[in-house]
Amino acid sequence: MSSEVLARREAVRTDRTARYERMVEIRALEDAVRGLFAEGLVHGTTHTCQGQEAVSVGVASALRPSDTVCCTYRGHGMGMALGLTSKQVCGEIMGRVVGSIGGVGGSMHLCETSVGLLPTFAIVGAGLPVAAGAALTAQVRGTDDVAVAVFGDGAANIGAFHEGINIAAIWKLPVIFICENNQYGEYSPIASTTPIANIADRAVSYGIPGEVVDGQDVDATVAATEAAAARARAGDGPTLLEMKTYRYAGHSRSDTAPYRPEGELEKWYERDPINTFGARLVAEGLLGEGDIDDIAARIAAEVDAAIAECTAAAAPGVASMFENVLV
Amino acid sequence: MARMRMNQAIAAAIGDEMRENPDVVVFGEDVAVAGGPFKTSDGLLEEFGPLRVRDTPIAEMGFMGAAVGAAATGLRPVAEIMFVEFLGVALDQLVTEAAKFNYLSGGTVRVPMVMRASVGAGLGFGCQHSQVMESWMVGSPGLKIVALSGPHNAYGLTRAAIRDDNPVAVLEPRILYAVRGDVTTGVEGIIPLGQAAQPASGDDITVVCCGSTVRTCLEAAADAEGWTADVIDLQTLQPWDTEAVMSSVERTGRLAVVEECPYSGGWGADIVAKVVSEAFGDLKAPPIRITAPDVHVPFGKELEQRYLPSAAYVTEQIGELLATGESPPHWWERDGALV
Repeated sequence: MSSEVLARREAVRTDRTARYERMVEIRALEDAVRGLFAEGLVHGTTHTCQGQEAVSVGVASALRPSDTVCCTYRGHGMGMALGLTSKQVCGEIMGRVVGSIGGVGGSMHLCETSVGLLPTFAIVGAGLPVAAGAALTAQVRGTDDVAVAVFGDGAANIGAFHEGINIAAIWKLPVIFICENNQYGEYSPIASTTPIANIADRAVSYGIPGEVVDGQDVDATVAATEAAAARARAGDGPTLLEMKTYRYAGHSRSDTAPYRPEGELEKWYERDPINTFGARLVAEGLLGEGDIDDIAARIAAEVDAAIAECTAAAAPGVASMFENVLV
Repeated sequence: MARMRMNQAIAAAIGDEMRENPDVVVFGEDVAVAGGPFKTSDGLLEEFGPLRVRDTPIAEMGFMGAAVGAAATGLRPVAEIMFVEFLGVALDQLVTEAAKFNYLSGGTVRVPMVMRASVGAGLGFGCQHSQVMESWMVGSPGLKIVALSGPHNAYGLTRAAIRDDNPVAVLEPRILYAVRGDVTTGVEGIIPLGQAAQPASGDDITVVCCGSTVRTCLEAAADAEGWTADVIDLQTLQPWDTEAVMSSVERTGRLAVVEECPYSGGWGADIVAKVVSEAFGDLKAPPIRITAPDVHVPFGKELEQRYLPSAAYVTEQIGELLATGESPPHWWERDGALV
C-alpha cells in the first residue's frame, strides 16, 4: 500500500496530467458516496468536496512528502490528492479494515503519515495551531520542511484561527494557512458570519502576507502554494492563502442545500475546475480530445473496482476498539 | 539526593530531560524570560536558549495546539498552563486531539506532550483560580493524569511524564510549590507512571489520596488515636494503581478517599465503585469519600480553609467511621454547620 501511495504522491508533484486525473478520481469517488448511502453501505455522515478538487490537488502538488498537512473533516479530496487510494478513503468511509486507519474513524478521520497527513480534524479550526506546532518541529530541528493547515471559511471565526496564526507569525514558523473558502460554513453563507469580503485580509493583523487565490484553477493553487512554501522554507514565516472555491454538495449527507440562491450553483458549474483544466490541457496539446472521455471512463471503472473491494472487505473486529488508546 | 522546593524540583526535572534529549522543548506564558510565574522553569532559557524555551502569547488554545502538532511530528513539548482553569479554552486540543491521535492514526502517530498546570485552593486566588478540575480529564481515554504531592515525586513524575509516549497532564498543587523536601535526582529518581506510593502504613483503614491531600492525610494519620492507616498516594490518577489499592483494602477492610475537588463527579467515586464492586466481601465498613462540598472555592481565608478537607476533619471522619461502622455525614450536612 505504502509504495502505491508514495507513487501517487509523487505523480501529482511532477505531472499536470496526473493532477487532472486525480481531480477526476476525487470527483468520481465523492459522486459515488451518495449511492453508497442509498445502498446502506455507509453508516453515519460524510462531507464531500465536489467543486473543490483544484484546491486539494493544487496544495498537494506544491508540497513534499516530508511536509505536514493538517486537514479538515471534508478531507477525502485532500487525502487522495496527497496519495491515499480510493480504496483507503472509501474503506474508511464505509468502516472497513481496508480503510485509511482500519475503518475505526469513518469519513471524517483519515490519516497517512507516509505522505505527511496527520489525523484529519473534525473540530473546526483545530488544525491551525497543530500545524503551527508541526512547523515548530521543523524550526527546532533545522529542517526545511513546512506545515500546512487547510481549513474552511467557517474556521476563520473561531479562536484557534487567530491564536494559531498569531503564534506562527511571532515565531516566524514555516507554515502555510490555506483557507478553502467554499462560501458556506455549514448552512450559513459566509457573508452572514464574516464581516469582510476577503479572509486573506486578516493576514494584515498578524503582519504576514495574505493572498486571494482562484481556487477553481489548479495551476493557480499550485503556484500560490509553491510561493508560500518557498517563503516558509527560506525562513520568512507563514502565509495566509484564501482559495475561493465552491461546495457543489450540501454541508453533509443530510443537507440538500435548500438555502442556496437560485442560479448560484449553475454559475459555479460554468467554472468547474475539472472541465476548465481539462480544456486547458487539450488546448496545450497535453491531452487529445478523446482523452477526456477515456480518462473519465477508466477512472470510473477503477473507483467502481475500489468500492467493490471495500464492500467485500471485513468490518474491524471488537479488539480494534481497544487498540491504540494508550501507547 | 538534594534538598529543594517543589518548584525547583520541577525545573530540575525538566532541565535534566532537556539535557538528555534535544527534542524536549518548553513553552507557556512567561515561562522563559521570567522563569515561570511559579518559578518552575527558572534557568531553562539561560541554559537551553530561545529555540527550545519560549514565552507564548496568552493564547492557551494556540499553544496547546502547537504542543500537539510538535509532539505529533517528533518533539517532546512541555507546555505550561498557568492556572488549570485556563485549560478550559484549550481542552479541545488535549482531550479531543492529543488523546485521540494515536487511535485516529491507526497507531502511527504518537503525541508525547506534557501539559503542566498549577491547581488547587489555599492561596486566596478566588474561585476562578483555585480549582483542580481533574474531572475535565479523567473520563478521557488516551490521556494520562499525574498529580504531584511534594518535591520528591514532582521530580520523578515530571521526568516520567516527559519520557512517556502518551499525552500526560501533570497537576501541580500550587500550595506545595514552596514546600521543601529531599529529592532523589538523576535517572534513579524517575517514578514510573501508574504506580502509587505508600508513605504511611497501618492496619485499620486504607486512605487513598493524591496531590495536595497527601500531606493532609499523612498529618491526619499521624494525629490519629486508636487507629492506623495505609496512606496511598495514587501519584497517577489515570490509569490508577488498582493493585495497590485493592491489596491494601483486602488487608484493612476499610477505605476512605480524600479529594480536594467537590463531591460530585470526583475521581474518588471511581475508586470507591471499584472497591465496592470487586472487594465487597473484604469490607468491614462502608467506604467513604472525604471531599470539598459542591460549591465554588470561597475567597476569604477562613472560608477557604473551611472549604478544604483539613487533617482534623479527616481524622474526625475516619474516627467516626471506625467508632460507628457507618458512613459519617459530611461537615456541611451536620446540624448547625452553616450557621
